[in-house]
Amino acid sequence: MPTLPRIDYLDRLEAEAIHILREVAGQFQRPALLFSGGKDSIALVRLAQKAFRPGKFPFPLVHIDTGHNFPEVLQFRDQLAAELGEQLIVRRVEDTIKQRGLREPGGKFPSRNALQTYTLLDTIEEFGFDACIGGARRDEEKARAKERIFSVRDEFGQWDPRRQRPELWNIYNGQIQPGENVRVFPISNWTELDVWNYIQRENILLPSIYFAHERRCVVLPSGQLLAVTEHLTLDASDELTTRQVRFRTVGDATCTAAVESDAHTLEAIIEDILQAKVSERGATRLDDKISETGMEDRKRNGYF
Amino acid sequence: MDLLRFITCGSVDDGKSTLIGRLLYDSDAVSLDVLAALEEQNRTSAAGTVDLALLTDGLRAEREQGITIDVAHKYFTTPRRKFIITDTPGHVQYTRNMVTGASNADLAIVLVDARQGIVEQTRRHTIVSVLLGIKRFVLAVNKIDLMGYSEAVFHDIVADYAAVAAQLGIKQVANIPISALHGDNVVKPSANLPWYKGPSLLEYLETVPVATEANTDAARFQVQYVIRPQSVELPDYRGYAGRIQSGVYRRGDQVLVLPAGIETTLEAIEINQQEADVAVAPQAVVLRLTDDVDVSRGDTIVPLALAPEPTRELEATLCWMVEQPLRAGHKLLVQHHTAKTRAVVQAIVGKTDIQSFAQQEATEAKLNDIVRVRLKTAQPLAADTYQQNRTTGAFILLDEQTGATLAAGLIEQTVLAEPEFEI
Ligand SMILES: Nc1nc2c(ncn2[C@@H]2O[C@H](COP(=O)(O)OP(=O)(O)O)[C@@H](O)[C@H]2O)c(=O)[nH]1
Repeated sequence: MPTLPRIDYLDRLEAEAIHILREVAGQFQRPALLFSGGKDSIALVRLAQKAFRPGKFPFPLVHIDTGHNFPEVLQFRDQLAAELGEQLIVRRVEDTIKQRGLREPGGKFPSRNALQTYTLLDTIEEFGFDACIGGARRDEEKARAKERIFSVRDEFGQWDPRRQRPELWNIYNGQIQPGENVRVFPISNWTELDVWNYIQRENILLPSIYFAHERRCVVLPSGQLLAVTEHLTLDASDELTTRQVRFRTVGDATCTAAVESDAHTLEAIIEDILQAKVSERGATRLDDKISETGMEDRKRNGYF
Repeated sequence: MDLLRFITCGSVDDGKSTLIGRLLYDSDAVSLDVLAALEEQNRTSAAGTVDLALLTDGLRAEREQGITIDVAHKYFTTPRRKFIITDTPGHVQYTRNMVTGASNADLAIVLVDARQGIVEQTRRHTIVSVLLGIKRFVLAVNKIDLMGYSEAVFHDIVADYAAVAAQLGIKQVANIPISALHGDNVVKPSANLPWYKGPSLLEYLETVPVATEANTDAARFQVQYVIRPQSVELPDYRGYAGRIQSGVYRRGDQVLVLPAGIETTLEAIEINQQEADVAVAPQAVVLRLTDDVDVSRGDTIVPLALAPEPTRELEATLCWMVEQPLRAGHKLLVQHHTAKTRAVVQAIVGKTDIQSFAQQEATEAKLNDIVRVRLKTAQPLAADTYQQNRTTGAFILLDEQTGATLAAGLIEQTVLAEPEFEI
């Protein structure tokens, strides 16, 4: 008789995520996978392959494009979608700004993260998506720690922490009324390190900006480094420098800080993370600092 | 590396948030920037030192009220194990959250304040945990510093809790004195507790055997999704995707598809498109059958010898989670994992008093009540009792209109003793 497979914690997290993805496929009419080109959504794509091959994905990949991208990430996105043979839908914040007559965020670091919400809601309406799968994790931020895996949103995409459905056992309730939709977070229970360990175990390819490279950066007053891109307006007082850096997330390039690093491999990145005690969001997303409850405010307003 | 999921329960102010903060802090799971934000917050709120409880109290409403109101998840890893903590609230009105947290936990840490000993809430949380099938308990006697690290105080509380545990049939309790605030015996043994010879709390959590996903239970698998590529290469491929809920599946097993009752053979087990001879819970797999039978989402595939009897009548314990009361005659939806069917409440059999664990008469269920009901479903369910199987013995009830989750259900009996009658 064959010996029983040994299931370690990463196998368990993987099995849970695949189970959740298949629940989406089983319970919704028009789901979508929100794909940012970042490592978490790339891990989601791998999990979707495990969940649905040899079939096709029961959902398209949807990228809400801030326009403030690192070119390496877009290239990676297009190549991945092509290799997978799956549908990729791109909707641009740029177009939402025009259509809705919104104001571009001004200032020195014009982050479009907040405006993504509008584009996302418009896209949900355009395609009639009833479930949007995202790569958010509960360890990212305090408000996220309380969010359900199936998180019901009203017509305006709003999340009400007081009215969340209790989530019992691993039974996921996707029953909704017209106009409502559900955000689904299959890797809720993963930490940043779990994702990296998984990427390593599965030999998952990532955009090059995750690995150490030379880059021209602005040094912010906080000491953080920001990549010099066409979207920043620099002035004479700005301190510029060229450093060996890597990125820990690939959001809006105007508010995603770089960390100094000489980690060229996954092993080295994991080693870096084990040593650096600076959590992902704190180190890299500038716009969460706006208020102490930054994330919670945006979630209530329909952000991922 | 293993994974241990546990809940922490206790009354308000027993020090739950501080304890979790301490575990995260001392096991280096708290990053520098989070610490910096905490220190900043503490400076502006004029307290002085870092308040570890702020690590877990996330939502704004909580900050305003200064209490924990929902279920929060925290993660930490030691060289030995990965841990998922579910922090559940202490207030009476949030029994439902406590039920939610307990439904996914392997172990419960019951926190008591050394100055107060066992209180009403201690009993109630223990009862809910037992009800939800938790077998292992830690009695953490906190704030022992405020009682002069007294051995006698500790032993009195341990004796009181032993009586509660005995009454509820709990066999595994680890009694550990701690000071969450000062860190005594949380991660490292403490010189302040020389009389205590057992492991520190963390050491216990790192070494307690983890539930091996009930692989000794009867094999259970429900279809989540049917994979049918209908492509040129795979025109006839039909794979049944799902998670092994319990037990072991082997290639070549004689199986039964329920509720239809069709007999066939397990032709292949696929994991990530690789064929496997054997698969165990909780693996996500694709099963292929020898015969071309009609199988869809919600169907159960089980080894012939271990098959449950599909039933349309259930007796179940419910934790009722909404304001509007439940009465006999109400119609709702049962979601038994991937199977969903309409159901009617035939009778409310009684109510569990969660102080005494005694059964009482009842005609309705109100918010946070634990009641026993008899349900009749439109479609038969391939279910087990919760005693037999913590997965397939569980279901939730939904509101047909809004889809809201109304109750957690634990199956007590699948085949009822009373004669059947049609409705
Ligand atoms: N002296 C002492 N105080 C404690 C201890 N644990 C918690 N506290 C204090 O008890 C109060 C309530 O703690 P908190 O963690 O917020 O309780 P919760 O409501 O159970 O989450 C806070 O003022 C803590 O500082 C302990 O071990 N010793």
